[in-house]
Amino acid sequence: MAKAKPNQQSQKPLFDGAEWTFDSLKHIYDAVEEIGAGELGLNVYPNQVEVITSEQMLDAYASTGMPLMYRHWSFGKHFAREASQYRRGARSLAYELVINSNPCISYVMEENSALMQTLVIAHAAFGHNHFFKNNQLFVEWTNADTIIDYLAFAKDYVNKCEERYGVEAVEAIVDAAHALMRQGVSRHPKRLRTLSPVKAAERQERRRVHEEENFNDLWRTVPKAPIDESRLEPDEVEGQQALGIPEENLLYFIEKYAPRLDSWQRELIRIVRILSQYFYPQRQTKMMNEGCATFVHYEILHRMHQKGQLNEGAMLEFLHVHSSVLTQPAYDDRRFSGLNPYAVGYAMMRDIKRMCEEPTQEDRDWFPDIAGNGDALGTLKSAWADYRDESFVLQYLSPKVMRDFRFFSLHDEASERVVEVKSIHDERGYKRIRAGLAAQYDVSAQDPDIKVTDADLSGARRLTITHSARNGVMLDRNECDRTLRYVAQLWGYRVKLVEVAAASGKTLREQEALPMP
Amino acid sequence: MHIIDRRLNPKSKSLGNRQRFIRRAKEEIRNAVNKALRKRRISEIDASEKIRVRSKSLSEPSFGLGRDSGSRDFVLPGNHEYVPGDTIAKPPQGGGKGAKEGATDGDGDDDFVFTLTRDEFLDIFFDDLKLPNLVKAKLKDVRSPKPVRAGYSADGPPSKLNRVQTVRNSFARRIALRRPKPEAIRTAEAELAEAEAEAAPDTEKIELLRAKVTLLKRLRSTIAFIDPFDLKYNRFERVPKPTTQAVMFCLMDTSASMSELLKDLAKRFFMLLYVFLTRHYQNVQIVFIRHTSIASEVDENTFFHSTETGGTIISSAFEEMLKVVKARYPVSDWNIYAAQASDGDNASIDMGRCIELLDEGIIPLCQYFAYIEVGASAGRSIVWDAYEDLVDSHAHFAMRGVTSVDEIYPVFRDLFSTTERT
Repeated sequence: MAKAKPNQQSQKPLFDGAEWTFDSLKHIYDAVEEIGAGELGLNVYPNQVEVITSEQMLDAYASTGMPLMYRHWSFGKHFAREASQYRRGARSLAYELVINSNPCISYVMEENSALMQTLVIAHAAFGHNHFFKNNQLFVEWTNADTIIDYLAFAKDYVNKCEERYGVEAVEAIVDAAHALMRQGVSRHPKRLRTLSPVKAAERQERRRVHEEENFNDLWRTVPKAPIDESRLEPDEVEGQQALGIPEENLLYFIEKYAPRLDSWQRELIRIVRILSQYFYPQRQTKMMNEGCATFVHYEILHRMHQKGQLNEGAMLEFLHVHSSVLTQPAYDDRRFSGLNPYAVGYAMMRDIKRMCEEPTQEDRDWFPDIAGNGDALGTLKSAWADYRDESFVLQYLSPKVMRDFRFFSLHDEASERVVEVKSIHDERGYKRIRAGLAAQYDVSAQDPDIKVTDADLSGARRLTITHSARNGVMLDRNECDRTLRYVAQLWGYRVKLVEVAAASGKTLREQEALPMP
Repeated sequence: MHIIDRRLNPKSKSLGNRQRFIRRAKEEIRNAVNKALRKRRISEIDASEKIRVRSKSLSEPSFGLGRDSGSRDFVLPGNHEYVPGDTIAKPPQGGGKGAKEGATDGDGDDDFVFTLTRDEFLDIFFDDLKLPNLVKAKLKDVRSPKPVRAGYSADGPPSKLNRVQTVRNSFARRIALRRPKPEAIRTAEAELAEAEAEAAPDTEKIELLRAKVTLLKRLRSTIAFIDPFDLKYNRFERVPKPTTQAVMFCLMDTSASMSELLKDLAKRFFMLLYVFLTRHYQNVQIVFIRHTSIASEVDENTFFHSTETGGTIISSAFEEMLKVVKARYPVSDWNIYAAQASDGDNASIDMGRCIELLDEGIIPLCQYFAYIEVGASAGRSIVWDAYEDLVDSHAHFAMRGVTSVDEIYPVFRDLFSTTERT
């Protein structure tokens, strides 16, 4: 039992055993909030904690973790797969799911023990929540206030389209748009313009009503002009610039300029594109986000234990869960499946805390501006706010963490039969490993670099997209064929894919696809 | 801060997604179901089924980087022995050692197992058989309980209001509370009028009478004619149908001329009858009788999967069936159904005996006798010609020539069109 040591503030443990009730959940939340928002000074959206069953957790998985989602067969497929793996015992479910929205919604599972609920509230409702609210990428790119409303609109809109045009017709568009989701992101925003969902719905409805009112069957017999001529102003000759070519966001380009799409089809593409954009910051900050949440729950739970709010049993349970989440198997381990974002993120953040408070000479050499500054929390908060995974690694990965993980960097030439070890954790290797790891966390360097480079809107209407192959890495052929067919289907005319070497500009391969009649 | 209990929210939010997924994978799933039907025992027809799906139409391609061109750098954890300049042999099938970059999510290998529910399985089974929708619904409904009167209850929908009981209650209550009748009021009023009309009004009496009238009127308005308390509703309980049992005889010619394919057709035929029977009887037993020139009762596996040589004498199967009925299934306790499948071949000297047995022995015994003739000559055989005469004289006899599964259902059309059988 928790006998608090004399010098600590002694409180009664919040719970004893694994059982929890809605009342005790409330007490747990209050205790966590007192430390999280009070002592740590985390700045969070209002919280909404929702208790769900494992079945509902699977449901949430299947719809990419969102509380609302339009219906699509691929979600059904993911559900069937997750469910069968879960039932076989091949994998366990997440303890929580958190949504970047305002209020911030955290799902917690009913079968969690009282300690797990404490952990999950600290982790999601304070850790992730703080990150969502403060990180620059999320602030700039996502709109936490409207996402739930937008999803509701999207779900409803897809539903109505299915009723009006048939499930198959909707699927044809959504399938194709899903295939291009990763190419549906604007990495360099011109201007972030989010239409409020209610307005979006109104605009849609007005457009449809207008079309119905002005329907005249005669128009069908008139040859169709390319829809987007109006958009080509001011000057046709400078059409390329007007189209914003080269354009990295394929979905955006298709939505705006594809000659044959109806407005509802454009709207469906827009929905997929907006979701893709919404998730983009999460892909870029996965490691930091998890690291931040893990760091926060660790601090909070320790503080609760110090205050006597958690007894020894609960603390042991916590340490067990905490350390299994943070396991990082070595590259040659059977369990290895890439770098564990929890492990890397947490290790780096603990290390920052260590450097701020007990720096070594090495730290002073490497990080003169933070070593020994004594303000670990402030340093971390500014890192959480201003960095993403790539820049965070580049800025803060210390030799000590590299040594702890025993990182080494490798070079793989596809034509060779061996992989060469380039650097290991030694004086000469630190900087190279750091740069290499940062590049590995750079989402835009991991996704293929594909752009729309030509669109002939007045003639044959051929669309040209170019993949510039970094280091000669070309697209996966099999996937590429099928994806290109989707592009052609959306565009409505011939589509050409050119792969060029990024360094030399030499054309490596060309391929065309036609839409299916 | 809010804590919300979502556990009671409607379940299966992803049902719509699942239906779309199944529609999408229909071809693959149908193949898997057909395969499963071949393996399945007849009595297992309505269980759920694990389906393994591998399908092009289910993959979600996207532009991803290939692994067979160019060069890449990556960082891994857990170095034990390497120093710069060392080389590591790549594991076979290309691919860096567990390097994770560019891993496409969920693509490439789309082979996975999931379980079709009983309903989904039957749906696909019925689809092939081209069952009318009404029949499908009826067959899928597991419970067919009957509402049975079970007294009265104090609440219920207006349509179930029992007026006799309600008025009776109201009557009793009115008597008990002494609700004045209209006549009583009228009498009192008349008395009052009379008293007032008198030449020398007796004010005391008038006051008394007036008070009496007001009291009566007030009582009448406060004590309602029908009080919610009086309302009685008919109550129904859903009671499962009485326990009944049926035995289903599967008769099949297993001589060499019946190929595996024809047997498969026959199996569907038996399965459909079985599904029907399990909906109507709580206990259904199956007896398999195969015959060549001699008949014997066998287990399901032997029935479908072994071939014998020999001539064909159908009457031997009927005799065997009569023997089994006599020994184990007395007509008074069992509903007897029989389904016969054959390629229409029989020794011509046996036909007379066959018809005689059917006409006098078998058909009168059975609730329903269905015959399908499978194979190329379906509908033109010696058995067919002889059986055709029986159709008119026996309402419970049905026959059909069948070359594909979707032709099976019409054999049972009569069976399914009779809504209430007991």
